[in-house]
Amino acid sequence: MNTNLDVIAVQGLSKSFDGKRAVDGFSLNVKRGRIFGFLGPNGSGKTTTIRMLCGLLTPDEGQGTCLGYDIRSETAMIKRHVGYMTQHFSLYEDLSIRENLDFIARVYGVKDRQTAVERSLKRLGLSNRSNQLAGTLSGGWKQRLALAACLLHEPQLLLLDEPTAGVDPKARRDFWEQIHDLAAHGITVLVSTHYMDEAERCHELAYIAYGKLLIQGTAREVVEQSHLTTWSVEGEDLTALAAELKNRSGVDMVVHFGITLHVSGGNAQALQQAIAHYREDARWHWSPAEPGLEDVFIKMMDQARDNFR
Amino acid sequence: MIGKYFSWVRFWAVLSKEFIQMRRDRLTFAMMVGIPLIQLILFGFAINTDPKNLPAAVLSADNSEFSRSFVRGMENSGYFRVVREITTEAQAERMLAVGEVQFVVTIPEDFSRKLQRGERPVLLVEADATDPAATSNAIAALFNLNQTVLNRDLQGSLGHLQNTPPPFELRIHRRYNAEVVTQYNIVPGLMGVILTMTMVMMTALAVTRERERGTMENLLATPVRPVEVMIGKILPYIIVGYIQVTLILLAAKLFFEVPMLGSLVLLSLVLILFMAANLSVGFTFSTIARNQMQAMQMTFFFFLPSLLLSGFMFPFRGMPGWAQALGEAFPLTHFLRIVRGILLKGNGVTEITPNLWPIGLFLLVAAIIALNRYRETLD
Ligand SMILES: Nc1ncnc2c1ncn2[C@@H]1O[C@H](COP(=O)(O)OP(=O)(O)O)[C@@H](O)[C@H]1O
Ligand SMILES: [Mg+2]
Repeated sequence: MNTNLDVIAVQGLSKSFDGKRAVDGFSLNVKRGRIFGFLGPNGSGKTTTIRMLCGLLTPDEGQGTCLGYDIRSETAMIKRHVGYMTQHFSLYEDLSIRENLDFIARVYGVKDRQTAVERSLKRLGLSNRSNQLAGTLSGGWKQRLALAACLLHEPQLLLLDEPTAGVDPKARRDFWEQIHDLAAHGITVLVSTHYMDEAERCHELAYIAYGKLLIQGTAREVVEQSHLTTWSVEGEDLTALAAELKNRSGVDMVVHFGITLHVSGGNAQALQQAIAHYREDARWHWSPAEPGLEDVFIKMMDQARDNFR
Repeated sequence: MIGKYFSWVRFWAVLSKEFIQMRRDRLTFAMMVGIPLIQLILFGFAINTDPKNLPAAVLSADNSEFSRSFVRGMENSGYFRVVREITTEAQAERMLAVGEVQFVVTIPEDFSRKLQRGERPVLLVEADATDPAATSNAIAALFNLNQTVLNRDLQGSLGHLQNTPPPFELRIHRRYNAEVVTQYNIVPGLMGVILTMTMVMMTALAVTRERERGTMENLLATPVRPVEVMIGKILPYIIVGYIQVTLILLAAKLFFEVPMLGSLVLLSLVLILFMAANLSVGFTFSTIARNQMQAMQMTFFFFLPSLLLSGFMFPFRGMPGWAQALGEAFPLTHFLRIVRGILLKGNGVTEITPNLWPIGLFLLVAAIIALNRYRETLD
């Protein structure tokens, strides 16, 4: 593998199911050792894209490489060097934890298999439960087991599809610690998620909706590119205010954040005008706020809906 | 060790995983042992029908008007179709063993002379009675014939011979199953039927289950190759198949006292081929079926015609021509002939070869289709 090349370099990937485009002209470059966050609403094409990257789906159009191997013709090599964690638990529920790891280690031809499995069990903290059936594990433990399984063959690229969905915060934190640790050792990670706090933990982000890549960059870049202005409001009867603001031109988005309301718009001036009247009202206290990723993504999605539907 | 196209390590991984899963799946395992037992009980009694036009050979040493009339009479009864005139005992023996004919009629040298002298000569009819249902009516018809067939020839001075007792004696040798026990035919056949059903169903389910549970995605994302998955999944069921066969043979011996004349080693070798053929069908189904329900339906789609057209339910020769032609396509049809041949007739390799290669051909075609249909992607 040429280390100068991007670990993932794909251009114009498209995939349709029954005439419906699940992924449309998707291009992406990811450098070695980066944690790349992949965001988008349900059904936006994240899983389909990841499957195309690891050779599980053949793209209708487009080409590219993963770890330097062609995603069309060299899928066998990609499979050997990529660790893919599926969105839904896909290890064998009727095999024990150890048997699952052992199976995976064998099919990848892991050297010194026994030791590798033992080490993995130990790191998981599951050594004393290794004979328990995988199906009896809780969601968080299943996720840890799945991650351990796809790390057994020491892949250079990890593709993780919503690995923390339905996992408690402590387990999520541990998970992200491990991801950063792996990245520090030069492993590239592409992870899809719904959680904004997780998005902020990534080096770089991409947002996809209706199969199209809408925006890409670091969290800061993404916020800047969105040209979003946000005001934060505190005060009485915010729900009524929100309902009123939503209908005003210049206001693109009104979102509740605990006891504050975030009011955002793509055009700073138009937004100022829209809220000027309310700023004079003593019931509310207005202050400029930094737009969050969530604000940006919600706006992206609204725009995407207008553009592609 | 890790090859591009086939790796023992990966193959072994799949194989041992399948074994563990099979061991854990108690219900399926119980079913695989239970099905043979239930079917043995259900099919313990036979289904009789009335097949006609059964192939027969005539070994005649007496070229007289009388013997020709007898043969014509046989054919006119509708039950017999003389396919060959033969000249030696050895030929007769071989044709019966291979199953080319169901009957051999031997007309002795001095038939007409003895007949004219009123000495009641003996006509020997050898019948392949492995399937008693197929021969019993034909034999009954022969006895009828005995009374009347020569009446036209016995005119004038021989007129007195027209009256009873019949002018000649019919001696029937029921070969291979002298006591006419239907179970002798049913029980070995049941082996083929049970194997067809369980082998096809088990593999069809084994792969579909992976897809339904979502484990297929993970399996496909690993470097395992289709051949490794296929053989790894098929092999455990061959072993299950042998367990079933052992059960059936034990029941055949202990409860039904079925004779076992031929080589059980030869039978075991044929079994590998037969099971592999059925397992490939199951594997093909599993590449088409979207869920386990569909896999089951496809299994029955294959199993029912096998059962009906193979000669298990109805004597093969009793079926109309098109049904026979269709029946020839199923491995079960050929396996039935082989297993009956080996157990009841003591057939060896040469006798079973004509039925062996069709199974081999079927396996080849099914395996190619299965491997071609198995996708390494989720497309
Ligand atoms: N195998 C498939 N067959 C048909 N449609 C599919 C298939 N996989 C995905 N889709 C459709 O493609 C779109 C994108 O799905 P997916 O990639 O799973 O999105 P995400 O992972 O972002 O939720 C959805 O509309 C989904 O219904
Ligand atoms: Mg998904």
